[in-house]
Amino acid sequence: MIRWLFAILGGILLGGVVHLVSVLALPRIASQDAYARLDPTLKVNTVMPLPDAVPGTAPMPFMDPAFASAACKYDLSTGSIKLRVPVSQAYTSVSFYTNDDVAYYAINDRSAGRKVIELDLMTPQQKAALPEDEDITAADRLIIESPTPTGLIVMRALAAEPGLMAQAKTALAAASCKLQTEVSQPRRR
Amino acid sequence: MRLIFVLILTMAIATVVGLGLTWNTATRGVEIGTLTIGPWTARPRIGTSEIDPYARAAVARSGELPIGAGDGITFRADADTAGKKLDGRCDVIVSGVTPPARFWTLTVYDTKGKLVANTLNRYGFTSQEVVRASDGSFTVRIAPRARAGNWLPTGGISRYQLLLRLYDTPVGVATRSQKDAPLPSITMAGCS
Repeated sequence: MIRWLFAILGGILLGGVVHLVSVLALPRIASQDAYARLDPTLKVNTVMPLPDAVPGTAPMPFMDPAFASAACKYDLSTGSIKLRVPVSQAYTSVSFYTNDDVAYYAINDRSAGRKVIELDLMTPQQKAALPEDEDITAADRLIIESPTPTGLIVMRALAAEPGLMAQAKTALAAASCKLQTEVSQPRRR
Repeated sequence: MRLIFVLILTMAIATVVGLGLTWNTATRGVEIGTLTIGPWTARPRIGTSEIDPYARAAVARSGELPIGAGDGITFRADADTAGKKLDGRCDVIVSGVTPPARFWTLTVYDTKGKLVANTLNRYGFTSQEVVRASDGSFTVRIAPRARAGNWLPTGGISRYQLLLRLYDTPVGVATRSQKDAPLPSITMAGCS
């Protein structure tokens, strides 16, 4: 009798362990998470528009239908990335996700404070290897550190009314996400 | 021989309890790090690196991308202010004011996070579209059939949820109560 009681108690305790392990493992083993859904539709280090957030075409659940979105799947293994997003009329934001869907950084047009959101994305190693040249570490250069070598950048522009959707899409179509080596170095005057 | 049976029972209980709990928490969510104001619930840390493991599991399971904290915050409601589950066959009235934010959107989703198809192609309102009263407050009617004023169609589905997203807003990790973030009330009117 006592043995069965131990079995049940032990089972419940062990169940707690199984629960904790499976919760922690779920982001790693989930096959239908946002990154896995978008991955086949995107090209590495290229900005691609995401399908409209309407029933039938929305690539992910809980997309805001008032926004036009575009995404760039990045891979920093061959160098850092320069991102340029022109801001739309109403509201534009850029969010950075790791390859397991953690939003580690997000910025909107107002906090960027310019007509174009310009960011450099690199791994902590690449940042450490930056030369301490005054020209390069200029204050107007916003550097984001990515915790993982691959991930997603999602750019979103608000269409405050349905009629402004075309305009929001045009603004995002001009966005670029390129390896630093492919971009000519900006010259300071 | 008895020992083997006991061990098998232990393992079986462990599997059922463990995976059952995980499935339950990943589907329904847990009250860790949530901010509840009236019928609305938000997870201020979901859009940061400090996201808790339960929220990460829920995000991985649903397949959504959480809004980054520097972008905005999402409030969800699946019941009215009195605690009754939202029913797409009833008239639901969302009225009041929203916390300070540059823009907000109010959107209807089904329980899986899909938009509800309708002939009007209207899935939600933005703060700019919504018609307001002279004091700045607004009233949105969510109903299966057309209503005067701000109407959001439900397509007659039985269960749905409302998402109120605030963009570029001070509401976030530091927000505690209704005083910091006045949110609209949700009331169920008649059912058809």
